[in-house]
Amino acid sequence: MNWLTPEEMAAVMLSMKVSFWATLVSLPFGILVAHALARWQFPGKLLLNGLVHLPLILPPVVTGYLLLMTFSPVAPLGRALESIGIVFAFRWTGAALAAAVMAFPLMVRAIRLSIEAVDPGLEQAAATLGASRVWVFLTVTLPLILPGILTGCILALAKAMGEFGATITFVSNIPGQTQTLPTAIYAFLQVPGGESSAFRLVLISIALAMGALLLSEILARRLGKRLGGA
Amino acid sequence: MTVSVRLSHQFSGFGLDVDFEAPAGLTVLFGRSGSGKTTIINAVAGLLKPDRGRVTIDGRDLLDTDRRIDLPTHRRQLGYIFQDARLFPHLTVAQNLSYGRWFARRPQDGDEMDRVVDMLGLCPLMSRRPARLSGGERQRVAIGRALLARPRLLLADEPLASLDEGRKAEILPYFERLRDEVDVPILYVSHAPAEVARLATTVIALENGRVVRQGPALEVLGDPMVTPAGIRAAGAVLRAEVKAHHDDGLSELDAGGIPLFLPRVPHRPGSFIRIRIAAQEVILSRERPAGLSALNILPGRVESLRAGEGPGMLVSLATPAGTILARITRRSAMTLGLDEGVECHAIVKSVAIAPEDVGGARPRSDG
Repeated sequence: MNWLTPEEMAAVMLSMKVSFWATLVSLPFGILVAHALARWQFPGKLLLNGLVHLPLILPPVVTGYLLLMTFSPVAPLGRALESIGIVFAFRWTGAALAAAVMAFPLMVRAIRLSIEAVDPGLEQAAATLGASRVWVFLTVTLPLILPGILTGCILALAKAMGEFGATITFVSNIPGQTQTLPTAIYAFLQVPGGESSAFRLVLISIALAMGALLLSEILARRLGKRLGGA
Repeated sequence: MTVSVRLSHQFSGFGLDVDFEAPAGLTVLFGRSGSGKTTIINAVAGLLKPDRGRVTIDGRDLLDTDRRIDLPTHRRQLGYIFQDARLFPHLTVAQNLSYGRWFARRPQDGDEMDRVVDMLGLCPLMSRRPARLSGGERQRVAIGRALLARPRLLLADEPLASLDEGRKAEILPYFERLRDEVDVPILYVSHAPAEVARLATTVIALENGRVVRQGPALEVLGDPMVTPAGIRAAGAVLRAEVKAHHDDGLSELDAGGIPLFLPRVPHRPGSFIRIRIAAQEVILSRERPAGLSALNILPGRVESLRAGEGPGMLVSLATPAGTILARITRRSAMTLGLDEGVECHAIVKSVAIAPEDVGGARPRSDG
């Protein structure tokens, strides 16, 4: 891909890295929260639901600012994390955190819908056959919600790729450090003669998005066929 | 092997309060919908938490609210056959069958899988997924899956209710075999009199969340006071030995020394069967009738009479073949002068006995 300048290349690679880790690390939490919201009864369920969906409603700049307030090295939590070697502010890890927080509601929503579509009667049947709750989840619920998990991951990846407001507020726009695809496009458009760079990155964004959609469609079809009993 | 169940539970607008014992064999919880049958087996399975109660299998507590014992469902060692089969759609038939086996903590023997697959005729289905099975096939796999979990108690919640008549006839014999060949007590929920008559060793009759009668099937079904499915559906059950198959398409049976003729039954001479005789189909006569086309005439003595709300009446007759129920009009009862202790004859047309009312029975007296 030598038609990209090193700076553009860095933005593409960083975006892929950020969205990959954002999705991967938030997936277990996403499944847990989705399961809790779909199946458990507990006090504070409404509150949890609200918290999870908040980044969807709040202006992204506000989310980014809240992240900065929480994780900057001068904040108590940020300082505590720094002392054990975890730094988010103005690092790619921070971009991943911002992307994960912004993508979380989409992921949870997709997985939750698929859990709600699983017949609780099947889970009861598994329990009568001797499976504990954990085994019921692993052997019945999880295989049946794979298409939903897949959809959730694709949505999260796409959202993480496109995240702009929270990222630029939380970790700024440092080339090679925290400059992702959208923030790079924005930066190129701010300087004279940057249009061609911006245009190449726009093409790459479209290609990545289309690729992800196609892949998810193919996988979903294959899974659907298995459940359909072919 | 005895299962004892005592439960009380309050729903809005409905209270359940039952206490019964299920001995070895197949115990039917018999009642109309809304009588609390499914609630009971769900509480036995631990899928529903009753307000108060105690459930034990052979003295082992599954639930005792007084002593705060409440084993989770997966540790109760049950096999539950649901009305809608509930096979796992992402697993093949073979994997569905192995599911419970895998969690069973009791020692396994290798032939067991083959035996169950053989008994239920599942061999050609093993690599299929549930979506490609018929309703009857699904229910057979569900039975096998429950059996292979090596349960101490089998539960079945109207396992035939979602099948059409043909499929019902296909599955019923498997439950007869479970009752006669498998050494696990079975709690079976049903509202269908023919099913109860063919399968039950013991009947627990339920009405509005209460046990109205419990005991051996032949006794309970012959009691005119117990009609959970309504007086119209009442019918007593006789045990009889197959004597011979005649050339004219009839089978000759012996019920307590009285010869009975039925349209050809599929059972071998020498084997015991159960016959349900619908009360609707029985005619009573004070004299032994002569010159009658009906082939089956059973002499007996009136045990009890129960007047219904309409013009009908249910009369139970003690005969050497067992108790017979007859549904006649009140007017006829008056004209015949029927009362407790009166001698009379029950007349049953051979063709009035439907094939689905005939089933295999153990030679033992419990049916």
